[in-house]
Amino acid sequence: MEYSEKVMEHFVNPHNVGKLEDADGIGEVGNAKCGDIMKMYLKIENDIITDVKFNTYGCASAIATSSIATDMIKGQPLSEALKLTNKAVVEALDGLPAVKIHCSVLAEQAIKAAVKDYYDKNGIEYNPADFEFEEHHH
Amino acid sequence: MKVYADNAATTKISKIALDAMMPCFNEVYGNPSSLHSVGQDAFHKVRDARNIVAECLNADPNDVYFSSGGSESDNWAIKGAAYLMAKKGKKHIISSKFEHHAVLHTLNVLEKEGFEITLLDVYENGVVRVEDVKNAIREDTALVTIMYANNEIGTVQPIREIGAVCREKGVLFHTDAVQAVGHIPVDVKADNIDMMSFSGHKFHGPKGVGGLYCKKGIRLPNLIEGGAQERNRRAGTENVPAIVGMAAALKDACDNMEENTKKLIAMREQLMEGILKIDLSRINGDREHRLPGNVSACFEGVEGESLLLYLDLMGISASSGSACTSGSLDPSHVLLSIGLVHEVAHGSLRLSLCEENTPEEMDYILEKLPPIIDRLRDMSPLWEKIQKERGLV
Repeated sequence: MEYSEKVMEHFVNPHNVGKLEDADGIGEVGNAKCGDIMKMYLKIENDIITDVKFNTYGCASAIATSSIATDMIKGQPLSEALKLTNKAVVEALDGLPAVKIHCSVLAEQAIKAAVKDYYDKNGIEYNPADFEFEEHHH
Repeated sequence: MKVYADNAATTKISKIALDAMMPCFNEVYGNPSSLHSVGQDAFHKVRDARNIVAECLNADPNDVYFSSGGSESDNWAIKGAAYLMAKKGKKHIISSKFEHHAVLHTLNVLEKEGFEITLLDVYENGVVRVEDVKNAIREDTALVTIMYANNEIGTVQPIREIGAVCREKGVLFHTDAVQAVGHIPVDVKADNIDMMSFSGHKFHGPKGVGGLYCKKGIRLPNLIEGGAQERNRRAGTENVPAIVGMAAALKDACDNMEENTKKLIAMREQLMEGILKIDLSRINGDREHRLPGNVSACFEGVEGESLLLYLDLMGISASSGSACTSGSLDPSHVLLSIGLVHEVAHGSLRLSLCEENTPEEMDYILEKLPPIIDRLRDMSPLWEKIQKERGLV
């Protein structure tokens, strides 16, 4: 198994680490039993993600995918953030080892979970089907 | 500073071993099976190596067979003993939950072929109980195979006592001694061992070579068929340089064992003491019955692969039994076997030392480790939960 330079770069110096105390949406996915949990905090103004932070428990690729995924949605409208796929995250990291692909899936799901939380808190209607994803089971 | 603390994975080849090997590549390069003098010189090298290895293990040289390493020896002994005893209607094998995969996966294959496997508990301290072995032995038990020392948590098993029980009950006994040979005293006669696997690169010998001790009279079927090498038991032209290097390394390890052990235990205790000062850390496996150079720890709220990669950035080579490092999705079966829950087992770290390590290096590890744990915990939602649950915040 080998990580790309891009993965190592984001693992060694992850971007957007931390919490947002006044977050408008918080999403948490994964579980301790499987060895990875991602928690994302979004600050949203006029449907734009003005700030994003994450906390992640997991391996190097879990930290790297959290870092690059938060970079990719920062400053983006919610509609764009919701389009972010795990595939795009993998590509942005110049690839992930096959056994680590689930980390990129977690990143995509964490963003969706945080947006859903924002919608729920603010009574914004949405199509629940857009937020359905399988629970993170190995 | 560069600190290599992954000697249970593999060791650096010693100068003594390397010097012994070098002439075998381009001076004594003959085939030991050739009758001319070039071949005979190589034959003598292999013979001498066998005598050295046998002396280190207190074995008869005729009972020592060279192989490609620990995995081959485990496969050979276990499959061989199973097929041998199946002819007598014995198809039950006893082993333990935390054996190396070379043993466990071999047992899986045998199970599919109709053998019945009993895996004994290793309890919280990671030590098999002799009573359990005794109670598990049945009329149809073909083989007991229990490792000498565990590769992850370093616990040493009561091999001599288990061997005595097997002798008393007339059951074949194999031990995977890959982590023990060259590190702690091993005596196949006193330890009541019928078959024993060992591997050269775990004690500063070369990779790709190992051996099987198989007591006279046990007619194991061959694993590898072909020429008449190893007294018709293991075919293939002998890897002369590797065999010679392994023998030199083993002799060196055994000659200096007492001195090395003292040094290693001092460093091990220094590391363990320092590690236990970190919040919610634990040492895995029995504190007393363990290899002199093994430290196995878990840190709650952090994940082992991240930990080991951040240590690597500081020049420290270690290993982890977390799922992420094993390429599988579960944490190490060894850590689960001693009763750790998944989330604790994911945060494991193994530091395995050799006599070339220094107390200064231990200081360095203990200086670099806590800030890395802090950094990972700072970004860990799991740590946040643990702190809340335990009222730490």
